[in-house]
Amino acid sequence: MSAGQSAGLGLLAVILAALPFVLDNPYHFEIAILVCLNATVCVGLNLLIGYAGQISLGHAGFFALGGYASAILTLSYDWPPLGALAAGALGVAVLAHVVARPILQLKGHYLAMGTLGLGVIISIALNREVELTGGPDGTIVPPFSVLGWMPFESLEWYAITAGLMFVTVWLSLNLIGSPIGRALRALHGSEVAAETLGVNTASHKNLLFVASAVLAAVCGSLYAHFSGFITPTEGAFHHSIELVTMVVLGGMASVFGAVVGAALLTIAPQVLTVFHDYESIVFGAVLMGMMIVLPRGLVPGLVRLVQSVGFGR
Amino acid sequence: MSRLEVEGLVKRFGPFAAIDQLSFVVEPGTIQSIIGPNGAGKTTLFNLVSGLLHPDAGRVCFDGGEITGRPAHRVVRSGIARTFQNVQVFFNMTVLENVMVGGHLACDRRLLPILLRLPGHFASERRCRDRALALLDQVGLAGLGDRPADALPYGALKRLEIARALAAEPKLLMLDEPAAGLNPAETDAIDTLIQEIAARGITVLLVEHDMRLVRGVSDRILVLNRGRRLAAGRWDEIRHNPEVVAAYLGAEGRNR
Ligand SMILES: Nc1ncnc2c1ncn2[C@@H]1O[C@H](COP(=O)(O)OP(=O)(O)OP(=O)(O)O)[C@@H](O)[C@H]1O
Ligand SMILES: [Mg+2]
Repeated sequence: MSAGQSAGLGLLAVILAALPFVLDNPYHFEIAILVCLNATVCVGLNLLIGYAGQISLGHAGFFALGGYASAILTLSYDWPPLGALAAGALGVAVLAHVVARPILQLKGHYLAMGTLGLGVIISIALNREVELTGGPDGTIVPPFSVLGWMPFESLEWYAITAGLMFVTVWLSLNLIGSPIGRALRALHGSEVAAETLGVNTASHKNLLFVASAVLAAVCGSLYAHFSGFITPTEGAFHHSIELVTMVVLGGMASVFGAVVGAALLTIAPQVLTVFHDYESIVFGAVLMGMMIVLPRGLVPGLVRLVQSVGFGR
Repeated sequence: MSRLEVEGLVKRFGPFAAIDQLSFVVEPGTIQSIIGPNGAGKTTLFNLVSGLLHPDAGRVCFDGGEITGRPAHRVVRSGIARTFQNVQVFFNMTVLENVMVGGHLACDRRLLPILLRLPGHFASERRCRDRALALLDQVGLAGLGDRPADALPYGALKRLEIARALAAEPKLLMLDEPAAGLNPAETDAIDTLIQEIAARGITVLLVEHDMRLVRGVSDRILVLNRGRRLAAGRWDEIRHNPEVVAAYLGAEGRNR
């Protein structure tokens, strides 16, 4: 891990630890919890998109599958929530593994189409399987509990989701700096060169696809329990795009970028409600402006800026 | 035992055979060049040997063992590394990281020690890094390790690819036009580098259009035309061969 990354990790820890003292009502906590969940999904997605260069427009599908697994198994089959979460994660892992090999042979725009198709299929299934999923209206989800213990108020939810995000960031930073992380970036740079140096590019891509899908599924499960409700929109194309936008805005191939992007795009719509009817327009304009000023994304862009000011001899 | 033995190799693209019943051997510790006109099939041959393409017929044996049809990431394990005619540098990484990817197979790649930062892992990383630094030094890129690869000039990229291939600790190094696009001084440096590599016991297979370089370093030369072997031997033996002169060297070859 580089000095900058260690500093970033420390800063993140301080912010996460300080937040509960600043947040003073359940609504603020709710936003913080959603930020943590989105950030966790995005860190995983950024490993896939930003580092390994494999776009996915279907990750909301995995998120929703995790959520629905939790909803259905706890509600209709009386499973304990942790067991349902694990089953959802495992199911998604198997699904992702099965589709990974054919889909990840595709490149560029074709890969985008392939993953998009996957997401659409999941979304249609969730809408149509009314008996199982409740259809377009969605379904309620019982409250979360761990081994029968269930005092899940704002603070506990925050602790869980912030903890999950922090661990995800830490593991990702460790991975990036390792031979496996280098192999992932290498196959992004040149797949043939990576192959001729001994990198099994197919299995590396698959591993990452499965890992990021599982991360999305776990967050989907937690989200479902937290909000007490889940609808097929969580798995819709729109949500996948939102996730990718967070990654791109924060900065491709930047673990902290994914966190910042998720935070901004989760908080911004809440803040922008002051613009009433013009909310979406302002939102779009701000997004465009940011990408024009910092095309590499916020975090890499700002790091560059600081470096050029600080060390610009 | 020959280091590399190619026998009856055929590769077709549609009806057209880019490599057509090609057989040759490369002896250990030698520098062998492959020359021939554009489209003769030189790069295709490299792709077949390194496992990026699969032949339609024929065999490739390395140190006596057959490696025909093995995927590229397995071929390198047996000791074959290569560079690319159109540079395939990892432009999204630093110069040092590029070379470290070359040492991929020698690194500790166990997932758990990596994710949990277990201490044993870092010794392996340090070795990998030190070796990469030494290789950068050897190819003349000392001190540039922390630069992003896309900040290097073209000549340096060619050397970077050589360092990266050497990091895989090959017994056979295949260089696809390492001097293409280089000025005479840079070409001389590549000449020296190739001889140094061979002196360390690494067998070199060189594809190159620069005949001064080829003549200077090669123990043997294989002349390829339309996927077939036209001639083979030392420079003196092939340069007066009328077929070789007609197909490739022209009058230029005779006069050298
Ligand atoms: N993937 C491919 N699909 C179809 N044809 C191909 C493919 N790769 C190579 N060829 C054809 O095979 C022939 C040999 O190409 P190759 O690149 O091996 O030539 P070369 O000897 O390396 O030439 P140069 O000196 O220009 O690099 C050419 O006619 C080329 O057009
Ligand atoms: Mg060629």
